[in-house]
Amino acid sequence: MIRIHYVDPDGNTTTLNVPDGQNLMQAAVQNGIDGIVGECGGSLVCATCHCYVDPTRLSELNPPTEEELELLEEVAAQRKDNSRLSCQIKASAALDNLSITTPETQY
Amino acid sequence: MENHIVIVGAGQAGLQAAETLRAEKYSGLITLLGDEPHPPYHRPPLSKDALKEKHFDSLTMRGPNVFERRKITMRTGCRVSAIHPNRQTVELENGESLSYSGLLLATGASPRLFPGQEPNAKTIHVLRSRGHSEAVAERLSLCQARQEPVVVIGGGFIGLEVAAVAREMGLEVTVLEAGNQLMGRVATPVLAKTFQQRHESRGVRIALNARVTHLSEADDRATIELADGQRLTAGLVVVAIGVAPNDTLAQEAGIVCNNGIVVDTYGRTSAPHVFAAGDCAARSNGNGHFLRLESIQNAIEQGKAAARSILGQSRPFHDTPYFWSDQFDMKLQIAGVAHAVTTSVVRGNTCDAAFSIYNYADERLVSVDTLNAPKEHIMARKMLSQEVWPTPEQAGDPEFDLAALMES
Repeated sequence: MIRIHYVDPDGNTTTLNVPDGQNLMQAAVQNGIDGIVGECGGSLVCATCHCYVDPTRLSELNPPTEEELELLEEVAAQRKDNSRLSCQIKASAALDNLSITTPETQY
Repeated sequence: MENHIVIVGAGQAGLQAAETLRAEKYSGLITLLGDEPHPPYHRPPLSKDALKEKHFDSLTMRGPNVFERRKITMRTGCRVSAIHPNRQTVELENGESLSYSGLLLATGASPRLFPGQEPNAKTIHVLRSRGHSEAVAERLSLCQARQEPVVVIGGGFIGLEVAAVAREMGLEVTVLEAGNQLMGRVATPVLAKTFQQRHESRGVRIALNARVTHLSEADDRATIELADGQRLTAGLVVVAIGVAPNDTLAQEAGIVCNNGIVVDTYGRTSAPHVFAAGDCAARSNGNGHFLRLESIQNAIEQGKAAARSILGQSRPFHDTPYFWSDQFDMKLQIAGVAHAVTTSVVRGNTCDAAFSIYNYADERLVSVDTLNAPKEHIMARKMLSQEVWPTPEQAGDPEFDLAALMES
């Protein structure tokens, strides 16, 4: 299990134990993390699983695909350098203790 | 009586409504009744990745602890046999009766069967539920092992998605479409042609105007007979000829139905305290037309709207409908509904990996099809909801800056 910390915009943290290989959107919605919607179920269509990744660990993630980059341009909340779609981040041992912050809005 | 909202149907719309009720601070009881053995799950991957990856458990939308925490009673494997709007009760197949203060019908739709299709056949399947997808996935693997061909009846989204997966698995695939183009309900002819060419270039056989006259199964093989005398055999037949709304409970209770349970823009049916949302609901637009959509976006939007109506808040739904389909390396996305289209303008080149088509009803933009252009798709949704759009000439000019138009 990989520990992922989901931080809401007010700074409240929920820590989930995510199975290796599960993406961070699935883990969030299955556990009822409110700030992640994931309307399309991870099909790279909706851009409603936007999150901000701990900037100090951004380089440990696989870089976003072109498709993800296109969708990131259209997220509802502010797009930042550390913006990612959580459906495209798969839990792995290397990401243990990663913090991601949910945005103010997904719509 | 304590407030008790009963939701029949634990799909996307039913789940959304239950969670919206809690988000809106409703504190009474909520019972979510699902007739499948599984709690709510993501349906779109069932005809796509899940057929290959078989990661069915990961499609579950909420863990059991979430229902508990949100005080939603989730009952799986639970069928409703009747609803009684005048007594405000729901009758379950096991004889139990539940009283409600508000009832939401989110019963979804059922795949149409080919006339005479045996529902328990081993080689002939429909594809809608997780159970169906598991059966199709298993059969695809068997076809792969035995080198047996696959036949898909129906060239819509589901049929073409299955065909693409089967072809990617190296199987021989034939798509039999009764109409004169693929995706006839949603695609303009130019888009349909492009998809046909791309499927064919990857080895999918496509027959248009193909009329299947008989389907049968013997010795673990299916036989398909066509009106022109052809006879095909296959290790798997997927029947993907559309769905019918599940409106029988409503009809039997005397609720007005018209290819779905008729609702107004607030999700209200013709019976007091009874609401409907999602694939089963046909929304009246007030001038004699009804729109019944089959999409995630519609299920979510109507689920939210119905939940708020149940609580007495009246907020009509407003979102732009959208749809998508993944076939080979093609991501097709449609914003809006192509109704009464008079002009279709291609932006880009249909030979390229990515292009889009702007569909107008007279001067009004009604829908935009994008292929492998997710950003433009989201822009198109904004165009339609904000009623700001390019003229057909601007849309067709690849130099014209759409983003600037939206910002102006």
